[in-house]
Amino acid sequence: MQSEEKIIEVKHLVKYFGKFKAVEDVSFDVFRGDVYGFLGPNGAGKSTTIRTLLSLIKPSSGEIRLFGKNLKDNRNFILRKIGCIVEKPDFYKYLSAEKNLEIFARISGADVTKKQIHEIIEFVGLKGREKDKLNGFSHGMKQRLGIAQTLIHDPELIILDEPTTGLDPQGIIDIRNLILQLKNESNKTVLLSSHILSEIELIANRMVIINKGKTIVQGSVNDLLNAQDLIVSFQLDNIPKAKQIIQSSSIKLTIDNENENTISVHISHENIPVLNKILTDNGCNVYSIESKRKLEDYFLKLISE
Amino acid sequence: MFWKSTYNELIKIAAKPRSYIGIGAVTLIAGIILFAMYTDGMNFISFVTKPFEQTLSFEGNILNGNLIAFIILQMLIIHVPLLIALVTGDLISGEGAMGTVRLLLTKPISRTSILFSKFLAGCAYTFVLLLWLMILSLVVGKLLFGTGDLMVLDSNGLIVLQQHDLAWRFASGFSLSFLSLVMIATLSLTLSCFSENSIGPIVSTMAIIILFTIIGALDVPVLQKIQPYLFTNHMVAWRNFFEDPLPVGKIVKSMVVLIVHIVGLLSIAVYKFNKKDILS
Repeated sequence: MQSEEKIIEVKHLVKYFGKFKAVEDVSFDVFRGDVYGFLGPNGAGKSTTIRTLLSLIKPSSGEIRLFGKNLKDNRNFILRKIGCIVEKPDFYKYLSAEKNLEIFARISGADVTKKQIHEIIEFVGLKGREKDKLNGFSHGMKQRLGIAQTLIHDPELIILDEPTTGLDPQGIIDIRNLILQLKNESNKTVLLSSHILSEIELIANRMVIINKGKTIVQGSVNDLLNAQDLIVSFQLDNIPKAKQIIQSSSIKLTIDNENENTISVHISHENIPVLNKILTDNGCNVYSIESKRKLEDYFLKLISE
Repeated sequence: MFWKSTYNELIKIAAKPRSYIGIGAVTLIAGIILFAMYTDGMNFISFVTKPFEQTLSFEGNILNGNLIAFIILQMLIIHVPLLIALVTGDLISGEGAMGTVRLLLTKPISRTSILFSKFLAGCAYTFVLLLWLMILSLVVGKLLFGTGDLMVLDSNGLIVLQQHDLAWRFASGFSLSFLSLVMIATLSLTLSCFSENSIGPIVSTMAIIILFTIIGALDVPVLQKIQPYLFTNHMVAWRNFFEDPLPVGKIVKSMVVLIVHIVGLLSIAVYKFNKKDILS
């Protein structure tokens, strides 16, 4: 069951850079235990919002509360409980992976032992490379080190800004599994911004979509997607007859497209079994029903409005 | 947390290849001067003492370790500030250029503490560089040339300081040199807060030193009013410790000017660093 404790509360966030308004009115809430998707097209204000949450950027107006406390007045208390990767994981190239972790662990606010550092290095799959300087590290290895740095002080909230950018498919799957593991086994709260919408659909339970510096919609991923009409494809044996039945039915739907043995319709979630029954009752054999509901479609629809 | 952060900064300075450029350059310059003095030092001494030979007679080991140390310290004003700026100009801007500033400033330590950690680490580097210069000049100088009284030429003429009277003068001169170099470190650290790459602060520091040195040397009445307050005019204040009698007033004034500059620049750095939005 989802906790009602708010970990992040952003209210009417505004940020100007000179005369340019990067964030106009962003508001959202993240609850304890959420894997929260933070979506928006390029230039929507995602990075500015995330940097503001981490006190890298000062807001022009609006309120940010984390763990129930105002960020401005409780910066160090709050940052002690956060682990993050902001855009790409950059480290000191002239130091080894182990030394980099030691440096950031030392000022993380927690007492991190050498043993813990070695354990986290092993956890992210960098064992055997910990003494190597970062000059020779690939992007994927740096990303793993970034994850290690994020988790080293056992934070309650993890903020990941585009964590899978530049990773190979296996790297993307590893990060996805790691986030789910953090949520399921450690009950961490994760704020995840990503351009890969299918990824958010797979792992986030709640999300916010922002565009042009404003919040468009926020809520449960399932609720938001279920509230929309779906594109559902019915594979049938008699398309002309099925088309006639569909057009004469009282169900609210529209035909999207049709081909030799498939007809696709815009239809609400609850009307799918109703249409199926009408088709079969009228002598059409239904061989398969495929729902094409996608976050991508929903996202594109919202940002184009 | 402040001391942990300072320890981090020291580790970073010790691991950066550029930190050893200064050590190498000081070693090279001091080595060249020691070699030149070892092979042709007496000609240099006679060139300096020639004008006085009709009225004075020189006895004992004039070309000694104390004189060598004094000569080597003269290069402070020209070379060491650049070597200091090479490291301290990179302390903030280098983090921006590398992208590590994003991680650093999301840790539960205030920006002011991070800045002062970097300042302290910069001071430590300055101290090590100066100490190495002193070791090369005084220790190696005395090993190669022996010891003796120090003959110093200044605007009033020739001063001979006895060797038993030199230890405290070198120690005090070293301390005042350190203060003037800390001033350079603070200048480049402050400029570093305004930049996203390390070249800018290093070049700007040297440009300011050159500009102020020129203004300080120009014999123009308008400029003469500000000349006593230019830090560059106090960079060689350590030499005052090798005068007799000791110009205490001049020394105190130089110290005050340098400290005021350090405090003023640090205040600007704190303000700028705390206000800065991290966009890199």
